[in-house]
Amino acid sequence: MIKGNQSFIFESKPVIISSATIAGPFEGEGPLAKDIDVIHEDVYLGQDSFEKAERMMLEQAAMKALEKAGVSKYDVGMLICGDLINQIISSSFAARTMGIPYLGIYGACSSSMEGLTIAASFIDGQKVKYVLTGASSHNCCAEKQYRYPTEYGSQKPPTSQWTVTGAGACLLASQGVGPKVTSATIGRIVDLGITDPFNMGAAMAPAAVDTIEAHFRDMNIEPDYYDIIVTGDLGSIGHKIALDKLLENGIRIPVKIFGDCGMMIYDSKKQPEVLSGGSGCASSAVTVYGHLLNRMRSGEIKKMLAVATGALHSPLTYQQKETIPCIAHAVAIEM
Amino acid sequence: MSSNKDDKLNLEQQKYKDFAQQRESKRPVLTNCIKAFVIGGGVCAFGQIIQLMYIRYFGFTEKNAGDPTAATLIIISILLTGLGIYDNIAQWAGAGTAVPITGFANTISSAAIEHRSEGYVLGVGGNMFKIAGPVIVFGTFSAFAVAIIKMLLNYMGVFR
Amino acid sequence: MEKIIWAFIVGGLICVIGQIMMDVFKLTPAHTMSALVVAGAILGGLGLYEPLVKFAGAGATVPISSFGNSLLKGALEELDQHGPIGVLIGIFKLTSAGVSSAIIFGFLASLVFKPKG
Repeated sequence: MIKGNQSFIFESKPVIISSATIAGPFEGEGPLAKDIDVIHEDVYLGQDSFEKAERMMLEQAAMKALEKAGVSKYDVGMLICGDLINQIISSSFAARTMGIPYLGIYGACSSSMEGLTIAASFIDGQKVKYVLTGASSHNCCAEKQYRYPTEYGSQKPPTSQWTVTGAGACLLASQGVGPKVTSATIGRIVDLGITDPFNMGAAMAPAAVDTIEAHFRDMNIEPDYYDIIVTGDLGSIGHKIALDKLLENGIRIPVKIFGDCGMMIYDSKKQPEVLSGGSGCASSAVTVYGHLLNRMRSGEIKKMLAVATGALHSPLTYQQKETIPCIAHAVAIEM
Repeated sequence: MSSNKDDKLNLEQQKYKDFAQQRESKRPVLTNCIKAFVIGGGVCAFGQIIQLMYIRYFGFTEKNAGDPTAATLIIISILLTGLGIYDNIAQWAGAGTAVPITGFANTISSAAIEHRSEGYVLGVGGNMFKIAGPVIVFGTFSAFAVAIIKMLLNYMGVFR
Repeated sequence: MEKIIWAFIVGGLICVIGQIMMDVFKLTPAHTMSALVVAGAILGGLGLYEPLVKFAGAGATVPISSFGNSLLKGALEELDQHGPIGVLIGIFKLTSAGVSSAIIFGFLASLVFKPKG
């Protein structure tokens, strides 16, 4: 049911009956390592290209989520996935292996919550019994496609971020035990003229602000309704900008409940190469579907708002001197 | 909200740009310049030593020792690129590794190595000049332009 | 030796110019290198690059600006010998070592190495 301008309440409260996360060696050195199901030591996963490695991670995350729920892939009504590679090949090729009816989505780094929103809508509309949704990203694939060859020696400015190598997936069902998806706010494209692809945080922050404001306005609640509000990958700079902008607009989110997945998944002191933090679809997917859902299952968090942010530019638009349009999708998950 | 087609940002975008800039960590320009100076100077000094070696031990002259020197520096850069070390040095050194001929070699080899997975013809061959291409294109064209201009000026009797 | 010190200083300064282009003017590395190459060709045309080479040795020949100067020098040498068509004949004359080694060894590297990420 639509609430307000752009939010939806899922009355039947679709349940996340299982979730799984896979990540690379660098993420395995980060603070969330113990909440990641499989940490690979080799960024190639034994494959002969980075792209094949990424699709393997997404497959593994999807299979693991099914395994944990004890559900067969033949019983799953739909698979909804997205990633950063051109033509979302990780998702499509993983879907080829899974053999489940498939919807590929592209929201850049907001794909995880975009997928969860669509999945929850299908469950809530009683159209299918189980929906599997996930997202993936790989540092080397993103660097190769969006920036420079991985061995190229360019100096990254302090505003840059580090694409997370990983995949996260969850299985949504109409009934069962687990955290429930209660509502979602679909974002609009927001573009405040940032052109620098090495400063995604500043580009995406306005979109996060816009969607968060829309969520509170549509749902008619205050920020303290939630125990935790996380953005997907604003990084330290974008996160600060978002917090200040929200305050400027009259929305006070207590700092201790406002986090960012990109800042949580790495330790910026021990892993200084991440510069302002993690990014990529896996930044929100691995953090939300792993660490944060675990904290919900243990009872530590009861209500969470996950706001995944995406920058919808391409290397071509940058070369054509375009600005960077961004989007943010928010999903409320409650125990 | 649509993006502005004009080059000039509208008022809201300009306000946001200032808002964001105040909260960004600034590039440490002075530190980066010092690092670039030290590493860049070091690479050039190393090149000078190699050049003197070629003159003294391999019979090259001042005039033509530049060629084997360049080739030596290029091979070393490509080796460091292949071993995965070059990009770590470059993150620290910035222009210190990008400006010398080592940077040029790194652009070509990193692109070649990266696109191996797409085959040798289309992958390696087709992508090798991804970043080095502009250097060759604009170098060639500017040399052509300057040479033609010089020729015309000489022809018109202006001495240079 | 004195030559090595001047190579260090001049080479270092040219790199600082490149660093300023990247940090202050926010140019990409490709733009920075291209700008320095064009600058090398122009300075060569003005007769200013060769004296720098005599003075600073590798400090002027190792930076990418020297590539622009060599392209121009080759063009001018053939221009003297063969007239206008010489410009086309001579451009890559003096830069063959650099470009050829980069291509050859870059290709060899792709045979041997895999990107480490």
